[in-house]
Amino acid sequence: MTPAFSAEIIRQHGLTSGEYEKIKQLLGDREPTLTELGIFSVMWSEHCSYKSSRVHLKRLPTRSKRVLQGPGENAGIIDIGDGWACAFKIESHNHPSFIEPFQGATTGVGGILRDIFTMGARPVAVMDSLRFGPITSATTKHGAPDAFVRGQEGNGDVRTNASAATQADIHRNHSILEGVVGGVASYGNCFGVPNLGGETKFEPCYSGNPLVNAFAMGLVRKDEIFYARAAGEGNPVIYVGAKTGRDGIHGATMASEEFSEASEAKRPNVQVGDPFLEKLLLEACLEAMQTGAIVGIQDMGAAGLTCSTCEMGARGGVGVEIELDRVPQRETGMSAYEIMLSESQERMLLVAEKGREHEVFRVFEKWGLDAVEVGTVTAGNKLRVLHHGEVVAEISNQALTDDAPVYKRPLARWEPPVPREMPEHVRFSSDNDFTESLKQLLASPNICGKRWVWQQYDHMVQTNTVEAPGAGDAGVIRIKNPNADSPQRGLAMALDGNGRWCYLDSRLGAMHAVAEAARKVACSGATPVGATNCLNFGNPEKPHIMWQFSQTIDGITKACEELEIPITGGNVSFYNETLGEGIYPTPVLGVVGMLDDVSKAVKMYFAAPGRTIVLLRAGEAADITDVESEFGSSEYAKEILGALWGYPPELDLEKEAALQKAVIELIQQGLVDSVHDCSDGGLAVALPEKAFAKGVGARVNLALNGLPAEFALFGEDASRIMLSCDPANVSRIQQIAEEHGIGADVLGETIPERLEISLDGHVVVSAAVADLHQAYESALESSLRTDTELVSAD
Amino acid sequence: MKFGVIIFPGSNCDHDAHWTLQQVARQPVTFLWHESHDLEGCDAVIVPGGFAFGDYLRTGAIAKFSPVMESVRRFADGGGLVLGICNGFQILCESGLLPGALLRNTGLKYVCKPVQVRVENVATPFTNACSQGEVLTIPIGHMEGNYFCDPATLDQLHRENRVVFRYSTEGGEISASANPNGSLDNIAGICSAGGNVVGMMPHPERASEPALGGVDGMKIFDSMVGAMAGR
Repeated sequence: MTPAFSAEIIRQHGLTSGEYEKIKQLLGDREPTLTELGIFSVMWSEHCSYKSSRVHLKRLPTRSKRVLQGPGENAGIIDIGDGWACAFKIESHNHPSFIEPFQGATTGVGGILRDIFTMGARPVAVMDSLRFGPITSATTKHGAPDAFVRGQEGNGDVRTNASAATQADIHRNHSILEGVVGGVASYGNCFGVPNLGGETKFEPCYSGNPLVNAFAMGLVRKDEIFYARAAGEGNPVIYVGAKTGRDGIHGATMASEEFSEASEAKRPNVQVGDPFLEKLLLEACLEAMQTGAIVGIQDMGAAGLTCSTCEMGARGGVGVEIELDRVPQRETGMSAYEIMLSESQERMLLVAEKGREHEVFRVFEKWGLDAVEVGTVTAGNKLRVLHHGEVVAEISNQALTDDAPVYKRPLARWEPPVPREMPEHVRFSSDNDFTESLKQLLASPNICGKRWVWQQYDHMVQTNTVEAPGAGDAGVIRIKNPNADSPQRGLAMALDGNGRWCYLDSRLGAMHAVAEAARKVACSGATPVGATNCLNFGNPEKPHIMWQFSQTIDGITKACEELEIPITGGNVSFYNETLGEGIYPTPVLGVVGMLDDVSKAVKMYFAAPGRTIVLLRAGEAADITDVESEFGSSEYAKEILGALWGYPPELDLEKEAALQKAVIELIQQGLVDSVHDCSDGGLAVALPEKAFAKGVGARVNLALNGLPAEFALFGEDASRIMLSCDPANVSRIQQIAEEHGIGADVLGETIPERLEISLDGHVVVSAAVADLHQAYESALESSLRTDTELVSAD
Repeated sequence: MKFGVIIFPGSNCDHDAHWTLQQVARQPVTFLWHESHDLEGCDAVIVPGGFAFGDYLRTGAIAKFSPVMESVRRFADGGGLVLGICNGFQILCESGLLPGALLRNTGLKYVCKPVQVRVENVATPFTNACSQGEVLTIPIGHMEGNYFCDPATLDQLHRENRVVFRYSTEGGEISASANPNGSLDNIAGICSAGGNVVGMMPHPERASEPALGGVDGMKIFDSMVGAMAGR
C-alpha cells in the first residue's frame, strides 16, 4: 500500500522501532499509511495510552458503594443521594502552559469542563492547582540560604537554592503566572462556572515546568448519565461544535516529550480556546441529551477526532466509519492526517439514534453550532477513515486502545541528594521574639494570601457558593433544592499536593496529599466520598522517576484505603523536564465530600472574641530526633533557614481517619464555630490565617515540651486541626475527641485585634492582626509589581 | 406580575436571576429567548449578566442587535420595568436605553468581590424598599465595569437624580479607595429619564439568600415587586 517510513519519520512521531514493528503486525503485516502512522502516534503516546503508568495505576482503589463510574470514562461519578450524582476529574495542562501560558491554561480549563458535560453533568465548580518557579529572589533574616547551600554544593543539588533564580527566570515566572491566571479566569468566567480556588505554590524546580492542574465538578441526575460509547449498527456519527483547523496537531505527542531549547517552535502545537463557543456547546449538548435521541457522546480533546472515534467504538464493541470531507473545516486544503490529528477545541462527537438525527440537529441549530453527520456506526471493530471517498486509514479499535504498548519500565530506588538529619550548621535563633519571622513567613510565596489570583476568578456565578476562596479550607457549594421544607445539601472540594515532601519521600508525601485534601474537606463539615488525582512527574524512561511514580501510587493507595476514599479517575503527566532537569514528583489530589445540610458547613475564621481555641491532634509529640528531621521539610526551613533536609512529617493514617471523623461529628453537632487545618507554617501561621477575615485575634499559650521554640511554632506535624468554640462546649468537645482517640488541647481564647502567642508562658509573638494581615495580603501583588518596575527600568 | 429573564447566547447569570425571582421572591418568571420578539406579557424584564455573544467586539455590541432588544426598547418606552445587571447594564448602554458606556476596569483585571454601594435615589421602582443613603453589600464580577460618560451627560444624570448607586465605604463615604473599577464619580448604577430602566454593575441575585452570605440584593427585587403591586 505504501512504502516503509524512514527511521527519522518514525522517531519524529515519538514511536520506537519496536513499536513500529508492532504497528505493522497489528495492521496485518503491512506498512501504515501516513494518516495511520499519525493516528498510532497520538493514540500510543504516553498522554493517551498511559503506557508507562498503566501497570501501576491498577493498584489504586477505585470502588465504593457510591462509585457509579470509576476510571476509564471521561470523568468519575459518585452517587450523592436524592437521585443526584456528581461527576468530577482533575487534569493537567502543563506542557502547553509553559509554551503559551494564557492559551495553555484556557484550554486546560476547557478540556476538563468538556469531560464533565460530555457525561450529561452541568459543571458547577472548578478549582486549580498551580505551580510556578520562584517569583521573588530569596532573602532571609539570617542570610542563610547562600551559606547553607554552599555547604551543599558537594552533592550537586542546587534546587533548594531559591536565590539561584536569575532576574530573567523571575521575570519569566511572573509572566507565566500572569498568563496562566489570566487564562484560567478568562475561560471560566465567560463559561460561567464558579472557581472555588485551589492552590498556588512556588518552587525552583517548576521554573522550566509550571504545573497547571484543572479540576472540575458537575451535577447530573443519576438516571441521565451519558457515556462515551458508540452503539447500534447504522446509527449516525455526528460531529458538533467548532470547526477543525490546523491547531494543536500532535499536542498529545508534545505532552509526551521532554522540553528542550527548541520548544518555543512548538507554539503552534498549542490550541486556542474559545469559552463562548464552549458555553454554547454546553447548553446545546445538555439540551440535545434531553431529546433522548443521543446514544453516546465524547468530547474531542487530546488526539481529537482520532481518539473520540476509536475510543467510542472500542467501548461499544462496534466499528466507526467516517468521511473526512464532511468534517467542518476552518482552513482549506487540510490533509486527512491533519484533520484526524487536529486538537481544535470545543468539539464533540456523538452517536444518535437513526431516524432521530433531526432532533439533535434542531438543538444545535438553535445555538448556532455546526452539527454534521460525518459517518456511521458499523459492525465489526474497525475505525475506517475515508477522505475524498478513499480509505486513508483502517485500523481495529483494539490496536489503538487495548493493544497499545504497556511498559513495565525499570525502577531504581532513589534517595534525594539532601541530608536526612538536621545539618550541624543549622542554628536556631536565640531570639525570644518571633514576630518578625512570622511576618516573613506570612509574606512568603507559598503561604501568603492568594487574593490576587482568586479575585480574578468569578467564584460566585450560579449563586451556589457557600464557601468562596479564603473562607474555608475547602470550597463549598449548595445543591439548589426548590423544596423549601428539606435542608439544602452541599458539596465540598479541596485540592492538595506537596512536591517538596514527595521529593523527600514520594510514598509518604503522596499519603499526605490524600490526607490533607480529605482533611480540608472534613474541616468544612463534609464527609469525603471520592477523589481524583493528577500525577505530575519527570521522564518515565528514567528508572528513578519511575520509582518515584511507583512509590507515589503506593502512598495514594494506602491513604485512600485507610481513609476509605476511592479514586474515580484522573490523569498522568510525565516528561515534566526541561533540559534534563525534572520537577519534584508532584501528585495533586482532589477530594470531594458531601454535606447533608449545607447550613452546617463552618468557615475557617474566628468570628468573635471570647471564644475558646482548641487544637485537635492525632499524635503525641515525637522525640527530638524525629522532630529535627521532619522540620527540614517545613516552610520555615525553606523560607527562613533557606534549607531542605530530612523527611516529611510522620503520618498515622488510622489516627488521621479518626481525627477527620471527630471533626465532622463536632461540626455536625454544631459545637464549633470555626475550623482550620494546620498545615504550611504550623500553628503560628494557622492562628493569623484564622484571624484575618474578621480581624479577630487570639491569645494562646503553647507547650514547648523541651523542644526549640521554632518547632513548637512552625513545625508542620500532620493531623492537627484548630477550632474555636463557645467556652461552654469545651468539655463536650473533649469528650467526643476522646471517644475518637484524639487529643483536644485548649490553646487559649480569641481576643479583639491582636495576636499573642506564648511558649510555656513567655510571649514570643505579639502583633496587631492588621499588621500581619498587611504582610500576608500584599506580598504576592507587590512582588509582581516590583517586576513591572524592573522591566520598565530595562 | 410576571418577570422575564432574557437569554442571549453567552448569558450565564440568567438561571441565577430566574432562581432568585422564582424561589426567593416567589414571583412568576419565564425565560425570553433573544431571537423572539415576544415578551410573553411580562411586567418586568431582566437583562442578566454573562458574556452575551462572548463579549466579542465589545461588551453588548452584538447583543443590541438581537430581536428581543427591539421589543425591550418598545417596552421601556411604554414605561415597562427593565433591570440590566452587569453584562445587562453594558447591553442597555450599547442599546441606547441608558447613557454612557462601561470601559475596562482601571486595574485591567476581572474583579470578583463583594462591594458596598450607597443608594442615591430611592424614588425608583428598583430602590423603593431602600432608605436614602443606605449602604448595601452586593458582589461585583466584571472586567468592564468602569462607567464613563461625557461631562454634559454626567451633569444631566446628577441634575435629574439619575445616579442610583455609587461605590462607597461601609460607612457610606464615597472615596477613590471604595471604587473597584475606576468608574466616573464612583457610579455603580443609573436609571433612565423615566426611572423605569436601571442598569447596575453589582449582582443583586448573588446577595439574596443567607446561605450566600448576604441578602441586601433582595431589596432590589422586593422594590420591583412592590412597585408593580402599586401600579
